[in-house]
Amino acid sequence: MFPAPAKRDGVLPGFRLGLGYTLTYLTLLVLIPLGGMILMTGKLSWGSFWDIATAERALASYRVTFGASLFAAVVNAVFGLIVAWVLVRYPFPGKRFVDALVDLPFALPTAVAGITLATLYAENGWVGQFLAKLGIKVAFTPLGIVVALIFVTLPFVVRTLQPVIEDIEAEVEEAAASLGATRWQTFARVLLPGIFPAWLTGFTLAFSRAIGEFGSVIFIAGNMPLISEITPLLIISKLEQYDLVGATALAVVMLVISFVMLLVINLLQWWAANRHAKGSDAEPAEALAPGALVEARP
Amino acid sequence: MSIEIRNICKRFGNFVALDNLSLDIPTGELVALLGPSGCGKTTLLRIIAGMETPDSGSVLFGGQEATHVHARDRQVGFVFQHYALFRHMSVFENVAFGLRVRPRKDRPSEAEIRERVMGLLKLVQLDWLAQRYPSQLSGGQRQRIALARALAVEPKVLLLDEPFGALDTKVRKELRRWLRRLHDEMHISSVFVTHDQEEALEVADRVVVMNRGHIEQIGSPDEVYSSPASPFVYQFLGNVNVFHSRLHGAWAEVEREGEAPAAGSIAFVRPHDIELDVAPLAGGMTAGVLHVHRIGPLVRVELEHDGETIEVELTRERAASLDLPVGKTVWIKPRQAKVFAAEAAPPAGKQPFLF
Repeated sequence: MFPAPAKRDGVLPGFRLGLGYTLTYLTLLVLIPLGGMILMTGKLSWGSFWDIATAERALASYRVTFGASLFAAVVNAVFGLIVAWVLVRYPFPGKRFVDALVDLPFALPTAVAGITLATLYAENGWVGQFLAKLGIKVAFTPLGIVVALIFVTLPFVVRTLQPVIEDIEAEVEEAAASLGATRWQTFARVLLPGIFPAWLTGFTLAFSRAIGEFGSVIFIAGNMPLISEITPLLIISKLEQYDLVGATALAVVMLVISFVMLLVINLLQWWAANRHAKGSDAEPAEALAPGALVEARP
Repeated sequence: MSIEIRNICKRFGNFVALDNLSLDIPTGELVALLGPSGCGKTTLLRIIAGMETPDSGSVLFGGQEATHVHARDRQVGFVFQHYALFRHMSVFENVAFGLRVRPRKDRPSEAEIRERVMGLLKLVQLDWLAQRYPSQLSGGQRQRIALARALAVEPKVLLLDEPFGALDTKVRKELRRWLRRLHDEMHISSVFVTHDQEEALEVADRVVVMNRGHIEQIGSPDEVYSSPASPFVYQFLGNVNVFHSRLHGAWAEVEREGEAPAAGSIAFVRPHDIELDVAPLAGGMTAGVLHVHRIGPLVRVELEHDGETIEVELTRERAASLDLPVGKTVWIKPRQAKVFAAEAAPPAGKQPFLF
C-alpha cells in the first residue's frame, strides 16, 4: 500500500544509541579482558599450549570442575523446582522467612560458606560425624565440592522459576482436570513444558556459576591434585609460581569449554521457546466465510 | 445426562455468590445462565464442573450424588472464555489430550486417536489447522478448538463459560448458531453462561435469569422476554422506560387494562412499545425531542417528559415520515406496559440496565 520505508522505523526511539551503548559496554567489560587473555596465550607455541592444556593434572581438574558443576546444577534443577513450586503454590506459616532464606547463598561471602560447610561436614563436624559412621566422607573429597556448589547455586533455579510458576493460568490446569488428567499428568504434560525454558535458564545460570566458583570450594575440597583440585585453583597456583602464561592457557581452555556448553544450552533453550510459535508472524486468518458453517455440515 | 442442583450456597469471604439456589437441567437441553457480572452464574457453572465446591447443598448428575466427585471424573466438557488452550501443544495434540491422559487400559490406540481427533477437527471445520499452534489462530478458531477438545472426551454435559465473550460481534453470532446446531446433533446437556441477553434469547432452550446469587426467573426465551417475573428481569432483558404512576396521573389510562395500580407502583415500557406522533394522540402526552440516534435499521429518539428521559424506538421509515428535529414537541402513548408494585422494583432514579 505504501512504498517500503528506506530504513526500519521502530516505535521505540533510541535504537542506534541503545545498541551502540550496549556494544561499547559489553566490549569494555567482557570482550577486552577476554581478548587480552587470549592474546596472552599467543606467547605460547601451539605445542607448549597443548602440553599445558592436556597435562594430567589439568585434565583431572577439568573433570572435577565440570563434573561437579554439572552434578550440582542437575541436583539444583530438581530440588530448586520443588522449592520454587512450594514457595509459589502452597501457603504455609513462615513462608516469607523461607523465601528470604533462599537468597542467603547469594549474599553470604563464598569463603564463609566454604569454611562453614567444611566445619559441618568434617569427620568430627555436626553432620560429618553421622555421615562418617555410614562410611561417607564429604569434606576434602569431590563430594564436598558438589555440596559447596549446590549450596552456592541454589538461588538461581528457584529465582528464575518463581515468576514463571506464578504466571501459570489456573484455567489451563482446570481445563486439563476437566479433560480427565490426573494431577501428575497435568504437571508433567501441561505445566512442565510451559516452565521448561525458564528451568533451563536457571540450570544454565547455576551451572556457569558453579564452573567459576572458587571461594567456597577451596575450603572444603581438600585440593588434592588429580582428585579434588578444581581448575580455578590450578590457575591460582600457577599464578603464585609466576607462571602467568600457563595460567592463561588453562583459563582459555575453561573459557572455550564453558562457551561451547552455554551456547549449546542457549540453542536448546531457543528451540524450546520458539518451537511453538513458528511462523506466528503470519496473520491468523479467520477461517470462516460467512455461512460456511451452515453448508458444510455432514 | 440431567443435572440437579439442590440448595447450593457458596460464599467468598463476605460475598454471597450463591444463596440457597436450586435448579433442574433436564437431559438434552441447552440452558443459558443469564445475569449481570457478579450474579453468581460463573460460580454455579464451576460448581457443576467440580472446579469449585459448594459450602452446602448438592449436585446430582443423572440422579446420582456428584457434589464431591473430582472434576476429572465428572465427564463434563468445559469451555473457558479465554480458551485455556495448551500453548505448547499443536491443535491436534490439544484435542487429543483428553484421550492421551486416559489410563492405559481405556486409552484408544494411536490410530483411533488420530481418527477421533481429525473427526472432531472436521466437525469444527479446522482440520486444516491440525499442525498449527494456538498462538497462530484467531480468537474464533481458538474457541472452536477448545470446543473440539472438550468434546473429545465424549462428555455427558457440556459447560461453557461466556464462550463467545472475547470474540467480535460477527464471529460471535456465527459461533452461537453453530453451537446450537452442534448441541442438537450431540444429544448432550449443555449449560452456558452469558451476560448478553441477545445471545441467551437466541440460542437457549431455556433461560435462567440470575441476580445476586439467586434465580429471578426460569423459562423459554419467549417467556422471560414477554412475561418477565420481576422488574429485574424486565430491565435486564432489554431497554426499558420506567414510569412512576404516582408522579404521572396520566398513566392511569395506560394501566387500566392490567391490575388496578396501587399508588407508587411502577410501569415499565419497552422503547418499541411506545407510539410516537406529531399529531395529538388520544390519551397520550407530550414530550420534547432531545436527541435522535440512527442505529442501523432503528431510530432511537430520546424525549424529555416532565423532567424524565424517555426512549422511543421507531423504524427508519416511520422516523423519516415524521420529521423529528431536536426541540420539537411530539405526542407519545404506550401500547403496552408492565406494572410492578413499587417495593418489588429497584430504587427510583437508578436504571442500572439501560443499555
